[in-house]
Amino acid sequence: MENFTPVASLIGGILIGLSASAMLVFNGKIAGVSGIVGGLVIPKANDTLWRAAFVVGLLTGGFILRLLAPQAFEFGIVRSGGALALAGFMVGLGARVANGCTSGHGVCGISRFSPRSIVATVIFILAGAAGVYFVNHLLGGVI
Amino acid sequence: MKSTLIAFISGVVFALGLGIGGMTQPAKVIGFLDFTGNWDPSLAFVMLGAIGVHSLFYRMLRNRSSSRFSLAISLPTRKKIDFRLIGGSSLFGLGWGIAGFCPGPALTSLASGNFPVVIFSAGMIAGIVAFDLKEILSLRRKRAEDFSRGITQDM
Repeated sequence: MENFTPVASLIGGILIGLSASAMLVFNGKIAGVSGIVGGLVIPKANDTLWRAAFVVGLLTGGFILRLLAPQAFEFGIVRSGGALALAGFMVGLGARVANGCTSGHGVCGISRFSPRSIVATVIFILAGAAGVYFVNHLLGGVI
Repeated sequence: MKSTLIAFISGVVFALGLGIGGMTQPAKVIGFLDFTGNWDPSLAFVMLGAIGVHSLFYRMLRNRSSSRFSLAISLPTRKKIDFRLIGGSSLFGLGWGIAGFCPGPALTSLASGNFPVVIFSAGMIAGIVAFDLKEILSLRRKRAEDFSRGITQDM
């Protein structure tokens, strides 16, 4: 547990909670990243600008991190291009099929005590642990 | 306009929270999911902070019929725990465990210019688009049919 960062992680979580709350309180929207991006695939009238603004905000926040805290982007693992592309595809498709990802279900849904979101988040973590076990302990960390 | 600005600021704060919390470091995410190895529980604190704050604001909002900007509050209406939820969540979780990225951190990390993130995000966007493929194809077919019937479309 040498990398344990409870304080920074708690502060980060509070910021995420504030962001999701601003989206809900002012805009009436769920701050679920996969849902926000998914709504851009087939754009609907009056439902596109806020989605694009949120995504541009994410990228802007990323640039601020790059300038002020580049260690936030420390990768720390090695994965082949094929594994990254496949994992990305699974994450993107899986989130849409499940109607949400770690933000939509894990933060927004659990905060509403939604049974669907609680089930989804438990499965995210269990399946994630299975993926990590497969790669780290069966394949020796090489994929 | 106001709501667009809120969405932008929320995106910025969300990304900062992900970065400060450690979600943009795949090794840290994998450390959280590695229960049988060198487990790092940090990311549980991200969830704790986010859910703690958001559940309070949600309770405050619960009795309102519209948002502060008088916009409709759109909350999910599905209730059923079905195969789609379980299958989709499993697929998502496996991918998350293999690469250590979920959608928010992947998009945020694009700003780093790190090539592995670009590959992951490209795959992720392909997955998001693939979900709507049926609808995209039927829209295209409909447009082609309308065109061949000589109907002009103002789209």
